Amino acid sequence: MPGLRGFVLEALPGDEEDLFSAVLAVLGQSFTVATDPDARGGGERRRTWLDTFDWRLYRAGLMLQFEQARRGGRLLLSKTDGTPQAEQDVTSWPRRPPLDLPEGPVRDRIAVLISPRALLPIVRAVSTASVTRLLNADGKTVARLTADHITVTAPSRAATTAELAPRLAVAEVRGYPGPARKATALLAGLPGVAYASQDVFIAALTALGRHPADYSSSVAAEITAEMPAPVAVARLLLRLLDTLESNVDGVLRDIDTEFLHDLRVAVRRTRSAIKLLGVVLPDELAAHYKDEFKWLGDVTTPVRDLDVHLLGFDAVAGRLEAASPADLEPLRVFLAQRRVREFRRLATALRGPRVRAIADDWRKALLEIRDTGASRRRRPTAEALALSTTGRAFRRIAAQGGSITPESPPESLHDLRKRAKELRYLLEFFAPLHDPVAYRKVVGDLKQLQDCLGDFQDSEVQRDEIRTLADAMLAERTAPAATLLAMGEIAAKLARSQAEARDEFAARFARFAGPAGRERVRVLLEGRP
Amino acid sequence: VKIFATYNIKGGVGKTTAAVNLAYLSAADGNRTLLWDLDPQGAASFLFRIKPRVKGGGKALIRGTKALDDAIKGTDFDDLDLIPADFTYRNMDLLLGGADKKPTRRIAQLLRPLAAEYDHVFLDCPPSISLVSENVMHAADVLVVPLIPTTLSVRTLDQLTEFVAGFSGHRPQVCAFFSMVDRRKRLHLEIIKTLQAERADVAATPIPALSLIERMSVERAPITAFAPRSVAARAYRDLWTELTKDI
Repeated sequence: MPGLRGFVLEALPGDEEDLFSAVLAVLGQSFTVATDPDARGGGERRRTWLDTFDWRLYRAGLMLQFEQARRGGRLLLSKTDGTPQAEQDVTSWPRRPPLDLPEGPVRDRIAVLISPRALLPIVRAVSTASVTRLLNADGKTVARLTADHITVTAPSRAATTAELAPRLAVAEVRGYPGPARKATALLAGLPGVAYASQDVFIAALTALGRHPADYSSSVAAEITAEMPAPVAVARLLLRLLDTLESNVDGVLRDIDTEFLHDLRVAVRRTRSAIKLLGVVLPDELAAHYKDEFKWLGDVTTPVRDLDVHLLGFDAVAGRLEAASPADLEPLRVFLAQRRVREFRRLATALRGPRVRAIADDWRKALLEIRDTGASRRRRPTAEALALSTTGRAFRRIAAQGGSITPESPPESLHDLRKRAKELRYLLEFFAPLHDPVAYRKVVGDLKQLQDCLGDFQDSEVQRDEIRTLADAMLAERTAPAATLLAMGEIAAKLARSQAEARDEFAARFARFAGPAGRERVRVLLEGRP
Repeated sequence: VKIFATYNIKGGVGKTTAAVNLAYLSAADGNRTLLWDLDPQGAASFLFRIKPRVKGGGKALIRGTKALDDAIKGTDFDDLDLIPADFTYRNMDLLLGGADKKPTRRIAQLLRPLAAEYDHVFLDCPPSISLVSENVMHAADVLVVPLIPTTLSVRTLDQLTEFVAGFSGHRPQVCAFFSMVDRRKRLHLEIIKTLQAERADVAATPIPALSLIERMSVERAPITAFAPRSVAARAYRDLWTELTKDI
């Protein structure tokens, strides 16, 4: 509507009606007010805001709203400031995620942005609007006042509901800007009536105890340099445990592949933290959970490996030269069937007592350290721990990588990859303590090296997996010759990219651990350029 | 956009009433509709409770110093806007005459930028034969002509049809209908019967003379809005259906 000016009624619950009467009374001084039960824009409205679990739309400055109609409804994509971007009618809408968008302008605009994540309902709102006409002395409608009562729900399992403060808006009638301005001024002067500063979506999140972009897979633990090391490490591990737990539901409901991915990253980071920083934790605690998290990581591996194959399937099939993409279809079917089986195993494990014990007991132990760790006997600061562990990890990589020659076995590069990953995690854990510029430089170099080592190892692992899959398909008699040939071509391509990665290694390593790289690490750790 | 103009050389034949009710029905069907009250008496503006005043007057609109767009007022009804009358419209012939090289095409030209914004435009024309009415005939796709069933008014329709036939290029479709019909008058019924049989450009739906239609000026709203189930409102609805059956 043109000229909408929004207000909220900041009345205490129960007092809204009195306040609304006061609104009508003050408008009645300048206009004749007449309710209009049949007005366009009146009546009930059902909306759902959608985003991915990790808020990819919101982080890209977008909001997606589904407005339900009697049949199907309409998707509205806007910027976070409300500027419309695209809209699309949908004839039907699934009741539960994953919400696959039908083809249309909204999907075109966001498909790449959200892939491979699925859209989830974040907030549902049911609003009831009533329209009041403001008439001039001739009885002509010169402005309209819309009052919106909004109930919002979080569509998670334990559905929570909240009432938003009623919203008022004055809409201008074309050609009558004056009366709308007048009505707005009258409202603005009324106690208990405030300008609406938040979009309904944001207000709804706030009312439900959430805020936009309240999930991120990054570490971002709240630690400081002076904090006792055990407290900092406990905070870090608690944050990782939160991330891990918040992904379990999405994994079990199999909404998209990234829940499992984020869960696995949290497990790996936890394992690295126990290994590298566990000295500040009680010995028996570190030893026990080292095994527990190794088990949890292993349990999740088969499904993730299959996800990786399936996610990259079309790209791999598209790059085939000798074979045709259709030749590979039996492999896709085989992978999908396997995934069903492996997923069942994973779900059983995640629902089982061992995971529950990890979640509960580990949290309890960490909370205790976090809250009492300050009084422990051995207490280096978080900063001291960061400097010593990060420096040591870097020196190890420099030494280990420096001894790798073109003749070294592949295992030496695989091992270096692990060390690089550990260093990366250490940097991320202690990121809040580092100078951001120095941090970005070191992480940039390290990432280049990691990508190269990752390509090298992943190519080898995937080639081995292709061979194992081919064996399994042969054994189950599900592989036509054409499929095996196509798989052979993929294996050959993997061998080639592994060789390329190996060729690149020397240069990438030199950039990271050579004199310039060392200097960047020294600046990071010693703080002087 | 489809442009309808209600026109008759005579006044008081139900021209404005038709424009107001048909425009209302158009909007009620979900068409974005604009009504331009070109009659300086401002009856259509009055019926929508809109002051018959345009800033800068007809001069500013015809000369283009004020965009037509800026003169538009929202009515009380969804999808229905109005450009009000102004007393200066009485001089519109002079203004149009001094406009430019094509004084008979000026109104068509002024409406062109609004084509994307509206589905239907109604022009409520003042009675008379003048440069204004000629402009309106050039701009319109459909000339809606109310006729009181008298021998004389039938002659007027002939004259109008002939006049329009002489246009080069765009010619509006002429669509007459009987207005203010008194079913108690034998002459009315005879003329209606003869003419509807003889001519294809006369609508089958007559609008009766009813006191309820006169109440519009008291209610200040289209009869189709304040008494939608009345005989009169139903007659306008039937007429509108007839007018739009080919659209």
